[in-house]
Amino acid sequence: MKINKYILIILAMICSFNSGIYAATQKTLEKANNDSGDVSSLQRGARNFMNYCSGCHSAEYIRYDVIGEDLGITQSQLKKYLMFNAQQSFDTINTSMEMEDAAGWFGQAPPDLSLMARAKSTDYVYTFLKSFYIDSSSPTGVDNSILAGTSMPNVLWELQGHQEYINDESGSERLEITIPGKMSEEDFNSFLRDTVNFLEYISEPIKNERQALGVKVLIFLAFFLVLAYLLKKEIWKEVK
Amino acid sequence: MMKDKKQNENSGKILSWIDARFPYSETMREHITEYYASKNFNIWYVFGVLAMVVLVIQLLTGIFLTMNYKPSSAEAFSSVEYIMRDVEWGWLIRYMHSTGASFFFVVVYLHMFRAMLYGSYKKPRELIWIIGMLIFIVLMAEAFAGYLLPWGQMSYWGAQVIISIFGAIPFVGEALVEIIRGDYSISDITLNRFFALHVIALPLALIALIFVHIVALHEVGSNNPDGIEIKDHKNEDGIPVDGVAFHPYHTSKDLVAIIAFLMIFSVVVFFAPDMGGYFLEYANFEKANPSATPEHIAPVWYFTPYYAILRAVPDKLGGAIAMGLSVLLPLFLPWLDRSKVKSIRYRGWIYKTSLSLFVISFISLGVLGVLPADGIYVSMARFFGILYFAFFLLMPYYSAIDKTKPVPSRVT
Repeated sequence: MKINKYILIILAMICSFNSGIYAATQKTLEKANNDSGDVSSLQRGARNFMNYCSGCHSAEYIRYDVIGEDLGITQSQLKKYLMFNAQQSFDTINTSMEMEDAAGWFGQAPPDLSLMARAKSTDYVYTFLKSFYIDSSSPTGVDNSILAGTSMPNVLWELQGHQEYINDESGSERLEITIPGKMSEEDFNSFLRDTVNFLEYISEPIKNERQALGVKVLIFLAFFLVLAYLLKKEIWKEVK
Repeated sequence: MMKDKKQNENSGKILSWIDARFPYSETMREHITEYYASKNFNIWYVFGVLAMVVLVIQLLTGIFLTMNYKPSSAEAFSSVEYIMRDVEWGWLIRYMHSTGASFFFVVVYLHMFRAMLYGSYKKPRELIWIIGMLIFIVLMAEAFAGYLLPWGQMSYWGAQVIISIFGAIPFVGEALVEIIRGDYSISDITLNRFFALHVIALPLALIALIFVHIVALHEVGSNNPDGIEIKDHKNEDGIPVDGVAFHPYHTSKDLVAIIAFLMIFSVVVFFAPDMGGYFLEYANFEKANPSATPEHIAPVWYFTPYYAILRAVPDKLGGAIAMGLSVLLPLFLPWLDRSKVKSIRYRGWIYKTSLSLFVISFISLGVLGVLPADGIYVSMARFFGILYFAFFLLMPYYSAIDKTKPVPSRVT
């Protein structure tokens, strides 16, 4: 009984530990709510990525043929719709921009996006991409409420429209679309959700396979556990 | 039947040939089939064997990681991603290794706590405890060296912070820091030497110490939840009446524990390998960048109790000394503990309360070590830090005056 008490204390501490760190470190991020099992969302995300991100950002750890295999895209589709500046399907995603030039133009080179969703969380990337607002003092004409002073221009303005930073009398700060873009807010959010979903996928392409294998491993071990327990019972039968 | 008999004869011949040249049968008897340990072991007694299991996991996965990893500042980060993506089963090997590192500390902390519950460090097992503490210290060094190898942001900055602690030592501090790093900052040179330490020097030390730990254990015999010596009651054959042979009794019991452990281990490996940022810190998915300090530097969870103590002391040297002491103090437990009984079952309320407070303060310090060091958190770290030290430093007094219950002569 005493031992159980200790285990309980430890468990209670671990639980409070978990909620503690998140409250202390997380900013107010919107939930991306992406579904890594949704292949068509991932396909749309791949399209979005290649059209809007890959001009500046590389994803140097992901290969086109891996994307093709995982997302059900054929070699010819890959070549036609996604491989804008790659020759071989086993190439990784690179940009045609020289990183040295990019650093000169933007102040710093655009970071590689292979692991961005894992390093920063999908919620962060999702919220970041929709938090640009007009700031005439910035060289790119915009700033970002999640990452102040970002050197990234608002490449999605055409879709989202332009936002302005509102800080009214009541003290509530918010971003408001003042010049609408091609997409409704809902469509734009789902565009971002697909893109972020793809970013999460390329940060760990093996994730779905990993979880599927995990189920099998656990079933095997559970079966093995029963056998081991019966063996133990049999052997200990004679011990008084 | 005939065939079986002939085979037995043959294997008997081979065995006697070997035994004439190497003490095979004798060793097997002494350490496996005729090593007697108490029959009343509870769940706290599985963490030693689980530590061995984790050691084997780490050694095996480590070998395969080494085959694909490049210890250079230019390639280390990419080579880890190469293992994760392009090496066949590389992701599994890497996750097992990273999860194994955290689980090593989980099982070792619980193993050490078991010794504190049942007084396993007390006479005649002082040396087992001291060797165990040395294993723990080498394990910390091993984990620390290994953490630099993925060359992520937290690898780099964590190492920067921890190594700089040595700079607090008067006169020789800065020189010592340079010797450890091999450079004026953490660099390719540091990465190379940490790789050498992580894959050769420290594992060798670890294995040697574990071997000695077990030899010492088998010399005096295992303790038990009652904290009594089963060797005091032997039958006419000289076998402890409350003991059962390591094999097949304890091995069959341990097997159940090992599989249960592997199930928990698998849940993490397959479903939560980063464990919410505690086992694989999120900032470590960014390549080390010497010119960009992360917002918040926190060591991996298993170092955070000591890190909290380091930060709780306002003076740099004072903090370093307090941290060093907090790691080393348990080494002296065999002499700090003046109680007549070993097991918590027969100790009084004073020790039970103290041990509970110790557990609470150790875990609280662990939580505080992850949180930023400001405001109330610093005061809390000081409070729990004082409790942590008080547990050890006041032990000679409270353990001596604590009322004990009579200890039975046979295990219950």
